[in-house]
Amino acid sequence: MEQLLEEFSLGLFFWQTLLFLLLLFLLWKYAWKPILGAVNDREEGIKNALAAAEDAKKEMQNVTADSENLLKEARAEREAMLKDARDIKNKMLADAKDQAKTEGDKMIKQAQAAIESEKKAAVADIKSHVANLSVDIAEKVLKEQLANKEKQLKIIDDFLDDVTLK
Amino acid sequence: MAKILFLLALMTSLIGFGKEANAEVAEEGKDIKTEIDAYIQHHLKDAHDFTLFSYTDGEGNKKHVGFPLPVILWDEGLHFFSSSKFHHGETLAQSGDKYYKLYHSKIYRTDAEGIINYNEEHHPTNVEPLDFSMTKSVVMIIFTGLLMFWLFRSLARSYSKNDGIATGAGRFFEPVILYIRDDIARSNIGEKRYEKYMPFLLTIFFFIWFLNMFGLTPFGVNVTGNIAITTALAVLTFLITNFTGTKDYWKHLFDPLGDSMPWYGKLPLYVILIPIELLGLFIKPFSLLIRLYANMQAGHIVIMSLIGLMFIFKNWIGSPLSFGLAFAISLIEILVAILQAYIFTMLSALYFGFASEEHEHAEAH
Repeated sequence: MEQLLEEFSLGLFFWQTLLFLLLLFLLWKYAWKPILGAVNDREEGIKNALAAAEDAKKEMQNVTADSENLLKEARAEREAMLKDARDIKNKMLADAKDQAKTEGDKMIKQAQAAIESEKKAAVADIKSHVANLSVDIAEKVLKEQLANKEKQLKIIDDFLDDVTLK
Repeated sequence: MAKILFLLALMTSLIGFGKEANAEVAEEGKDIKTEIDAYIQHHLKDAHDFTLFSYTDGEGNKKHVGFPLPVILWDEGLHFFSSSKFHHGETLAQSGDKYYKLYHSKIYRTDAEGIINYNEEHHPTNVEPLDFSMTKSVVMIIFTGLLMFWLFRSLARSYSKNDGIATGAGRFFEPVILYIRDDIARSNIGEKRYEKYMPFLLTIFFFIWFLNMFGLTPFGVNVTGNIAITTALAVLTFLITNFTGTKDYWKHLFDPLGDSMPWYGKLPLYVILIPIELLGLFIKPFSLLIRLYANMQAGHIVIMSLIGLMFIFKNWIGSPLSFGLAFAISLIEILVAILQAYIFTMLSALYFGFASEEHEHAEAH
C-alpha cells in the first residue's frame, strides 16, 4: 500500500483526468454520437425493410387471392352468360315456333275462308248456271215436248232425277 | 487454464535449471540480475523523457536515444523547462533559483550540490514539488487520444459517405462497438437507460485496450499499469455511478431492508449493514483500479523478466527457451490486454446498472 502511494503521481492523475475527459467529450460529440446514430439508423432501416418485405409478401398473397377471385367471378359470369344465351335461344326458338304456328293457323284460316268464299261463289255460280240450264232445258223441253204431254212429264222427271244438288 | 499451469511449471523449472547452470558465474550473474531488476523497475515507472532505446558505448558511457519532454513544476511558482536538463538523472536542473534532481523517476528539490537526504528507510526526505510534467505517459495518452479520435472520427464519417455502411480501418471496430452496446451496456444497464452511458463505456474500453496494446510494444510504455491512471479511470466510474444514481439506488444503500420489518427491528441491523453498504460503494471502484493496475504491472514484469532471463542464462538451452516463453506470454498478454479492458468496461456497466436501476420489486429486498 505504501509503495502504491509512493508510485501515485498527482500530476499524472491530473493530466489523465483532464485528457480523458477531453477525449470523452470530443469522441462523444464527433464520433460516438454519429456512429451510434448511423448504426441505429441502419438497424431501423433493416427492420423496416424486413417489415416492408413481409408486407409485400402479404400483399402478393392478397393479389393472388384477388386474381383467383376475379378468375372465379369471370368464370361464373361466363357460365351465366352462356346460360342466358341458351335460354334466349330456347325462348327465341319457342317464340318463333309459336309465331309460325299462329301465322300458319292464321294462313290456314284465311285459306279456309277463301276456300269457303270460293266455294260459295262457285255454288252461287253453279246455282245460277243450273238455273240458266234449267231454264234452257225447260225451254227445250217446252219447245220439243210440248206436243206430247205425257212424254213431257216423263222428261221432266228424268231431268229432275239426273240433277241432284247438294 | 491447463496450458497456463503448464507454462508456469515450465517457467519455474527453467529458473531452477538456470540457477544450476550458472552457479560458477554467480558473481557476474548477480550483477546482471541487479541490473535487470533495476531496468525492469525503471521501465514500470513513468519517465520524464521518451527513451526509445539505450545502449552502452565502447567507453562504458550510457547513451539514450529518444527525445526530452517538458517538465512543469509547481514549487512556490511555476517552473517550466525541458527534461534534457536532467540528462537522465545525471545532472541537476536549475530553474530560477532552485535546483532539481531526477531520482528514481521522481523530481526532488535539492541544494546547489544536488545532495539527497535519506531517512532510515532509505526514502528521500527532500521536498517533492508538485509535478505536472508532460511525462512519457502523458505523451502516450495524448497519442492514444489522437489515434482514437482520428480512427472513430473517420468511422463516423464513413457512414454518411457510404450510405450507412462503414469503410476503412474503423470497420474493424464496428463489431466491437456493437458488442459493447449489446452485450455490455444493454444487458447490464437495461434497454431504457443504457444510451447515456454509452460514450463513457466506449471511450474507456478503447482507451484501456489501446494503451494496454501499446504497453506490449518494445517502447515499454506502461500507462495502464500506472496506479495514477487506473485511479483516475476508477474515480470517473465512481463519480458517474453516484451522480446518476436513482432514488431507489440511494434508498437501497441507506435502507437495504426496505419495508420488510419495522424500524426498531432494522435499527440494530443497520448499525452493521449501512457501513458495509457504504464501504462497498468505495470498494467497487477500488477493486477496478487495483485489478487493472496489478494485471498490467504483472504482465510487464513477467515479460521483461523472461526477456531478462535470456541474458542471465546465456546458453543454448535456457535462452531460446526463455525466448519461447516470453513469446508465449506476450501472446497471452495480447489476450489480457483486451480482457482487462473488457472487465473494466463490463464492471463499470454493471455498477451503472445498479445505480440507474428502478425497482419494480422494491419489496423483494
